[in-house]
Amino acid sequence: MPVVTPEPDLKQLEPKVRVENLNFWYGATQALHGITMDIPARQVTALIGPSGCGKSTFLRTLNRMNDLIDETRLEGKVLIHEEDIYADRVDVVALRKRVGMVFQKSNPFPKTIFDNVAYGPRIHGVRNQEKLAEIVERSLIRAALWDEVKDRLHISALELSGGQQQRLCIARALAVDPEILLMDEPASALDPRSTARIEDLIGELRRLYTIIIVTHNMQQASRVSNVTAFFYEGRLVEYGPTKRIFTQPRKKQTEDYITGRFG
Amino acid sequence: MMSRRIVEKAVYWLMRGTTYCLVLVIAYIVIDIVYHGFPAISWTFLTGMPRRSGAEGGIFPAIVGTLCLVLGTIAVALPLGIASAIYLSEYARAGRFTRMVRSAIVTLAGVPSIVFGLFGLGLFVLFLNFGASILSGSLTLACMILPTIIVASEEALQTVPKSLREGSLALGATKWETIYKNVLPYAIPGILTGSILGIGRAAGETAPILLTVAAFYLPRLPHSIFDQVMALPYHLYVLATQHPEVDKVRPMQYGTALVLLVIVLGVNLIAIILRNRFRKRCRW
Repeated sequence: MPVVTPEPDLKQLEPKVRVENLNFWYGATQALHGITMDIPARQVTALIGPSGCGKSTFLRTLNRMNDLIDETRLEGKVLIHEEDIYADRVDVVALRKRVGMVFQKSNPFPKTIFDNVAYGPRIHGVRNQEKLAEIVERSLIRAALWDEVKDRLHISALELSGGQQQRLCIARALAVDPEILLMDEPASALDPRSTARIEDLIGELRRLYTIIIVTHNMQQASRVSNVTAFFYEGRLVEYGPTKRIFTQPRKKQTEDYITGRFG
Repeated sequence: MMSRRIVEKAVYWLMRGTTYCLVLVIAYIVIDIVYHGFPAISWTFLTGMPRRSGAEGGIFPAIVGTLCLVLGTIAVALPLGIASAIYLSEYARAGRFTRMVRSAIVTLAGVPSIVFGLFGLGLFVLFLNFGASILSGSLTLACMILPTIIVASEEALQTVPKSLREGSLALGATKWETIYKNVLPYAIPGILTGSILGIGRAAGETAPILLTVAAFYLPRLPHSIFDQVMALPYHLYVLATQHPEVDKVRPMQYGTALVLLVIVLGVNLIAIILRNRFRKRCRW
């Protein structure tokens, strides 16, 4: 198991998520091997690595989305505010409200823009129309979509462009007021302009949320994140401040990957 | 090269010809029934009681009986079928037991309808003591069309993208909230379309009702679900084969067939209208 040298400046940041010796299996195949890392609060942490390295699996352990897949098994701990989210009494529904997720392929519901954003708050018991309208507006503003859709909140979300749909999904995730936002390659299906908008948005959201983003795009990781974790074959190979990882990687595998020698 | 083109053309015309033949046969049946049946249709025929064991008078009790059976079957089969489909599609884990349940359902769809009739006679009429009644008949027909509804509903649920379920769960919705608010609404059109087939079939079946509800000759209306009724398919069978003056009652047979046809098409039409309305509402 590779030894991860903790970065001194990472230690100084307040940890939001602590992962301790996490192992994960799909059936008999082990996908994650002894992952231990502290993810800092109100920073953007990028998870990079070649396809199949376990970064998406790891991301999905943080809001227990892997629970939905049959015959998976997990060992180790994931602590959010010192509470193990895999403990028996944990309410998965409440956990997912605190840990929002944006998926690789934007998945707006076939409802109106308004109903998409209001979906989460409604489920969590907000009935008052004014309050709902307020949440929808605030979420769309935060997701930098408000100006484009404020006059047509009641058209179908499926009429929006790809980039707008992904920002709508971000707004929808923000509407339930999460503390942590997981993003699984949120811009991989978008054109460069839409990608740039999403990246700007991530920069804005950093002030309010703890963001963990999986990306295939090295430039993107270096642009949007301040902490980077490099995964390879289900192991956390190197973890540190983004700048350092990209300028002076300490592991050969990391260097090979970020310089494009494989992956 | 030439022969490949010939094969291509031949296959095309073969398929096209087959399709046209089928349409022709169906058109012939419909035209024949309408042509001979229409003159028999009158206000008395539709709303009158039968007289002289159906040789004269109307078929009103049979119309009412069939409508009761269709409604009863829908009331039983639709909720049960949709609930089973939701369980199989959303909750059941893949495994031997689920596979067995699925193949049991598929097998059930292939069981001859007379077997369902006997089953209904044994279970509902005799064992549960519902007697020959609308209740027994509806339950029997429901058993018969449940496989169709379950399979169609499950397919409709499966066409709803997984990403919609994940998106909803990731917002902290429970499984049931996700199914109810973000899966079922999009599956309903498909569920209805599939269920049309089953319900239309239930309206026209003779064997299952023969032993569980249908009366040979009963010129009055039912008062409760425990009453026996006449039903159009069985009445048609009686007029066509059991009647002492089969040839003389020919117009009555055609009239009955036409009414039955219109009811089955009517059921389908209602389902199509419902489906279109749902489709508009969920804004794909």
